[in-house]
Amino acid sequence: MKSRYLIPLALFLVIVGFLAVGLKNDPKRVPSPLIGKPAPHFELPTLYDPKEKIATEQLRGKVWLLNVWASWCVSCRAEHQVVKRFAQMNLAPVYGLNYKDEEADAKAWLESLGNPYEASLVDRDGSTGIDWGVYGVPETFVVDKKGIIRHKVIGPVTDEIVRDQLVPLIKKLKEEKG
Amino acid sequence: MRRALLLLLLVPLVAGAAIEVHKFDDPGQEKLYKSLISELRCLVCQNQNLADSNADLAKDLREKTYEMVVAGKSKEEIIDWMVARYGDFVLYRPPLQRNTLLLWGGPFVIFLVGVVVLVRFIRRRPSGDRQVLTEEERRQAEALLGEGREGGDA
Repeated sequence: MKSRYLIPLALFLVIVGFLAVGLKNDPKRVPSPLIGKPAPHFELPTLYDPKEKIATEQLRGKVWLLNVWASWCVSCRAEHQVVKRFAQMNLAPVYGLNYKDEEADAKAWLESLGNPYEASLVDRDGSTGIDWGVYGVPETFVVDKKGIIRHKVIGPVTDEIVRDQLVPLIKKLKEEKG
Repeated sequence: MRRALLLLLLVPLVAGAAIEVHKFDDPGQEKLYKSLISELRCLVCQNQNLADSNADLAKDLREKTYEMVVAGKSKEEIIDWMVARYGDFVLYRPPLQRNTLLLWGGPFVIFLVGVVVLVRFIRRRPSGDRQVLTEEERRQAEALLGEGREGGDA
């Protein structure tokens, strides 16, 4: 009979359990439905040569990263050094998606902070961003040899994310057949 | 003074008018557009729908919604388009599927548990017509009550 007095305590512990898990969840991190799906098609001019267009299909056969950035985005600035360090590893080419930016601002930004990108694709009106489900810059996608999105980092990439998530994944993807 | 305050009441109307204006030839399409932007979530400010949000992305998505509505797309087509990009999270009314069963069923389960607890609690309480006093106790009680009444009258 005494055990019934333990019921509130048990309920309390259950609630604490849920809250503890909830604290660790970041509501800003929305799982992308695009993981495991083909990378949405784009054919965009590059920042430094508007005549040169790059399409998703051209990138088939290699593992590549798409890093969404903009000169107006503050956390991109913080992330940029990490992207530079990653690019120096020469593990996979990083393409930039210059999202809803002004050409002059974007160029000035790259000139002052350094340019780690293979090329930066210009998405002035943000429609490619919408196709890729971008809702908070910066975002980084990993695309495999078959053109399938395999991973997405929402928010700034950190050295820890590079070490623990990107490098192991890319090494694995590079061994897969194209 | 009072007139100035009354004029101030109009300020929110002016602010609301800053949101882009869309023209519809067909009232059905306008209704569809309005219902869509009120049911789709803005991913930047997650507790607002597209209709209420001033975020840049919400503006772009309203524009896309408008384009698709005017192009004659159905509600399902537009919702599928959004879900393909942003996932179920973009829906304020989540679909009933395996991973949302708890979400949809949870309140009913909790309600049922409540009913069961309530019924058991009521059943366990002694009912009124049961004999609770022995004959001896009843006599004592009557005697006491009788005394009280006499005392009260005096």
